[in-house]
Amino acid sequence: MDKILEVKGLSQVYGPGCDLCFSSTGPELETNICPHCGSIVALHDLSFDLYKGEILGIMGESGSGKSTAVKCLYFDQMPYSGNAIFFDDSGQMPLFKLNPAQRRSLRNHRFGMVYQNPNLGLNFDISAGGNIAERLLMSQVMNYSEIRERARELLARTEVLTERMDELPKNFSGGMQQRVQIAKALATRPPLLFLDEVTTGLDLSVQAKILDLILEIQSELNTAMIVVTHDLGVIRLLAGRTLVMKYGRVIESGLTDQILEDPQHAYTQQLVASAL
Amino acid sequence: MVNIPLLRVENLSKTFFLHEQHKVIPSSSQVNLTVYSGKLTALIGPTGAGKSSVLKSIYRTYLPSSGRLLYETAAGGTLDLALALEHRILELRREEIGFVTQFLHTLPRQKTLDVVAMPLYQQGVSKQEGRARAAELLAELNIPERLWEVPPATFSGGEKQRVNLARGLIASPRLLLLDEPTASLDAKTTDRVVALIQRKKAQGVGMLAIFHHADLVKRMADEVVELSVPSSRSDAFVAI
Repeated sequence: MDKILEVKGLSQVYGPGCDLCFSSTGPELETNICPHCGSIVALHDLSFDLYKGEILGIMGESGSGKSTAVKCLYFDQMPYSGNAIFFDDSGQMPLFKLNPAQRRSLRNHRFGMVYQNPNLGLNFDISAGGNIAERLLMSQVMNYSEIRERARELLARTEVLTERMDELPKNFSGGMQQRVQIAKALATRPPLLFLDEVTTGLDLSVQAKILDLILEIQSELNTAMIVVTHDLGVIRLLAGRTLVMKYGRVIESGLTDQILEDPQHAYTQQLVASAL
Repeated sequence: MVNIPLLRVENLSKTFFLHEQHKVIPSSSQVNLTVYSGKLTALIGPTGAGKSSVLKSIYRTYLPSSGRLLYETAAGGTLDLALALEHRILELRREEIGFVTQFLHTLPRQKTLDVVAMPLYQQGVSKQEGRARAAELLAELNIPERLWEVPPATFSGGEKQRVNLARGLIASPRLLLLDEPTASLDAKTTDRVVALIQRKKAQGVGMLAIFHHADLVKRMADEVVELSVPSSRSDAFVAI
C-alpha cells in the first residue's frame, strides 16, 4: 500500500506562545490554555500516516483540536510547528514549505474539503452548478458546455436534483447543501478529501444517506479521507482507523472497532460508555 | 506433507482495565490452541470463559494483553497478530481473515446483495460479478430472492445472521472466525449452514468457531479446545 500523507509533530498555538505552553497543557492537566502566556494550545504533536484510499477518523469533543488539524492540512491556517508530506503522483510535497501558489494549486486540484457549515464551502450567491464550475475553472477546464456537463454529472452523482442546478444553494435544505458541497469538493477528483463534521446537525435519515454516499464515492474513486467528527456512529461506519483527541493531543489511536470495543484510555472508555 | 498450522495461539490472555470503576476484569486466560487449513477448531466452555474474546483478540477488535498469535501469511512467513501494524491487520481483514459475528452492522441503504458482496468489492471484484456470487450464496442459505434487493435492516434475526455468514464466506478467507454462526436458526436452516461451512472447509479454509450447541461441535469440529472461567473472576472482580 502506498502512503499519501505523512504528518509529523503538527502543533498549533493561538496566541503569543511561550516555552511552557506545551508542558503546561494537555489531557492530564485538563486544559489547553497555557497558564503562563494565556495562549490556546489547539494541537500538539499530531503524527499519523494515511494510505491511498484509506479513511481515517479523528474523534473528539469540541475544542479537542480535530478541526484545527484538518484546517492546517488544507492550508486554512498555518501551523505553529510540525511537518506534513503529501505524496502526489508527481512527487513528494512538504506542505508547510510550499509557496502560496503551490499551496493554492494543491487546494484547487488535489485536495477537497467539506465543511460542517456549507457556508464555508459554498458560495451562496452563485448557483449550485456555478459553485462546481468555479472549481472546474480553477482546474483549467474552460469549455462552457463541458463544464456544464461535468457539473450536471457531479450533482447527479451526489443525488442533487439536476433541475435545480441553476438555483442558489442558499435555498436548498441542509442535506442538499452538503451534497452540493461534496460534489464541489469532488469536482477535480482529488485523491485526498477532508470531511469536517459533515453530518452534524442533519436529520438522522439525511445523515445516513450522506454517509452512504461518502462510502460509495470512496470505493468508486479510491479517495483517501480524513473524517473529523464527534459522532461515534459516523466513525464506526466510515473509518478503518481512528485517532481520539483531547485538549489538542491524540490520547489513543487504533483500529476503529478496537477503539469502540476495547478502548484503552480512561477518556475513550468514558466516551464510548456514554454513547447510545 | 507436514501439516503446518495456519494459526498458533500461545498463552493468550485478555484482561480489561476499566478506569472509571478501577477494576481489572480477566476475560481469557492462558489460552493455547491451533488452527489448521481445512480444519475446524471449536472453542467450548461456560459463559464468561472468554471464548468470544479469543476470536476478537485474533481479529484485533480486542488488544491482546499477553501471549502470541502466530499466523502463517499467504505470502509466507509468520506474523504475530498481537504485534502487527494496524495497516497490516486491515489488509489481512480484506484478504485473508474473515469474522462472522452474531451482529450485522451495515449501511442503511445498502442492498443485501451488496452487503454480502462487499468483501469482494474490497478485493477489486466488479459489482456485476460480486452480485452474482452473492446471489448464489444467498440462494444456498435459503434467503428468499425478494429480499436480495433490500437492505437487511428489517430482516429477522436468523435472516440477518445468514446474510452475515454469506458475507463472511464469500471471499473464501484463509482463516475464518465464527462466533455462534447458527445461534438463531431453525434445524433445517442450520443444516444448510453446516453444509456450506463443510464445503468451505473442504476448500481449505481454516476455522476457529464457537457453537451454541454441543451437537454442532460434534458434527463440525476436528479439534476441540475447552476454556474455563479465569480464576480471579469467580471470586469477584479484583479491585486495584
